[in-house]
Amino acid sequence: MTLDPQTQFAVWEGSVEELRGLVSERAFTGETMILNMGPQHPSTHGVLRVVLELDGEQVISCIPDVGYLHTGIEKNMEYKTYEKSIVMTDRMDYLNPMGNGLVYCLAMEKLFELDVPMRAQIARVVLAELTRINSHLVWMGIGGLDLGVTSTMTYAFREREVLLDIFELVSGQRMMSTYFRPGGLWRDLPDEFEAAVQNVLDTFPAKIDDYDKIITQNPVFVDRTQGIGFINAEDAVAYGLTGAALRGSGVNWDIRKAMPYSSYETFEFDVPIGQHGDVYDRFIVRIAEMRQSLRIIEQGLKRLQKEKGPFRSGNRKYVPPPRAELGQSMEAVIHHFKLWTEGFRPPKGEVYVAIEGPRGELGCFLASDGSPNPMRVHFRTPSFVNLSALEKLSKNHMIADLVGIIGSIDIVLGDCDR
Amino acid sequence: MNGQASKVMSQPLDPKQAISDVFGDTLEGVEEFRGELTLIVKAAKIIEVAQHLRDGEGLKYNLLSDIAVIDYYPAEPRFGLCYHLYSMAHNRRLRVKVMWSDGDAPVPSVTGLWPSANWEEREAYDMMGILFAGHPDMRRVLMPDDWQGFPQRKDYPLGYETVQFSFNFDEIAKHKPFAKK
Repeated sequence: MTLDPQTQFAVWEGSVEELRGLVSERAFTGETMILNMGPQHPSTHGVLRVVLELDGEQVISCIPDVGYLHTGIEKNMEYKTYEKSIVMTDRMDYLNPMGNGLVYCLAMEKLFELDVPMRAQIARVVLAELTRINSHLVWMGIGGLDLGVTSTMTYAFREREVLLDIFELVSGQRMMSTYFRPGGLWRDLPDEFEAAVQNVLDTFPAKIDDYDKIITQNPVFVDRTQGIGFINAEDAVAYGLTGAALRGSGVNWDIRKAMPYSSYETFEFDVPIGQHGDVYDRFIVRIAEMRQSLRIIEQGLKRLQKEKGPFRSGNRKYVPPPRAELGQSMEAVIHHFKLWTEGFRPPKGEVYVAIEGPRGELGCFLASDGSPNPMRVHFRTPSFVNLSALEKLSKNHMIADLVGIIGSIDIVLGDCDR
Repeated sequence: MNGQASKVMSQPLDPKQAISDVFGDTLEGVEEFRGELTLIVKAAKIIEVAQHLRDGEGLKYNLLSDIAVIDYYPAEPRFGLCYHLYSMAHNRRLRVKVMWSDGDAPVPSVTGLWPSANWEEREAYDMMGILFAGHPDMRRVLMPDDWQGFPQRKDYPLGYETVQFSFNFDEIAKHKPFAKK
């Protein structure tokens, strides 16, 4: 590393030739400017670096550079047994730990053909929707902050604390919950769960209305977002956009409706759709999604009061026995020993399962070679795919609009880089 | 179900039959596991097969969800590229698999059909070292540009890089390739 003798800043030793083919020819004649944005930029939502080619303030081309948070989660999971690798999934998308755990558990359950009791399925839906609200709150707070609505950030994080307290209640952890396990849940829902979720149901609708007023009815915000970052339905599908980014363009596709998992088919809810495919529509779709999530949670909570069955499958070949059984049953001791030392040996095969995460299609590809460790785990993360469309979305926009566009596709770099 | 389904006029076709009718022995194998259909096709024909699956009447697999690569080391052919396709019109998934080994001709890139394949293929190269022909921008995506080797391969060991702190900064920087310049 060489330092500039006067400023002591690091000097870039690369050559602009490295960018040939990625930026327009005008960059080499000096007509346009190459500007680096990030990776430590407050409005890049983590450690995203973007190399911009600018003509004045206009973005001519934009090259996202990711990987700063790559931690080799997929590789690490190959070295752990199935049950022990669940903890890795929480660290991927730190705003959606329950969703990551859910998709991995669903993939395992499909591979093992493991049953999940109804109580566990409903609890999973309730917690997954709470996580969706949690994620949308952070997105709304930071997204508002990017576009000058600074107060949303403090409100959103205040509300988020309530949700994190619920996660702590059920799993003992605020963010890295690891609460979903193959065949059900780690433990039963505590007694205080019902009152805590009821509190959310009572207080959140009025608050979401407030945010709606602060953000989507704020004339400055509306001016800065309408008509920005437009993508039509056909392009959105071709670029692999999913979730609210796709529905903002008017495509009615939600995996919870199209391919229901974990008993979503028994819940009533609507899928909010945008019309114009711009930043503003993606914002209002997500605000509306929060209200629908509350509807689902309300139904789920009512059903949990009646559904008092087991919270985890009784299949002892995959699910360890409860601690109390170990004192009475020799078989339980054998299963316990076997499952916590070697793990289980699932059948050979490959499965792909996808759920509707807060950011879009969150997929898990799981391949087994019959050994106790997964042979290959690959996550199709929505942030990674949505971010690859950034160049298309931001072309010919002002650099100030780029910030809003990055916010509107709702990326989490931990999810993107894995 | 949703608005997409009501617009569909054509009946869904069996993808396995449709591909074997049009492409004959390009279809090398069919697997079914847990209700998921996998078509194994020749790597050289992946663009034609993918285009037919995307545009063909009764198929319409319009969304490329994911490209996942499995390393079957030490078996040969070593890598399996799994293209996970989804049809919004018929609400079903399909996995198209291509087998590939080091030294084979590069796999034709499907970026022309789905722009979303751009980063997916870059990841496949970055993590597994799969080569693609006709890709517009083949650089590493997650690992640093000067990284040696392909970390997701089975013969690549887990954990080799010492974490760089201020006390050992110079020691580690000495071993980096750029230090030799």
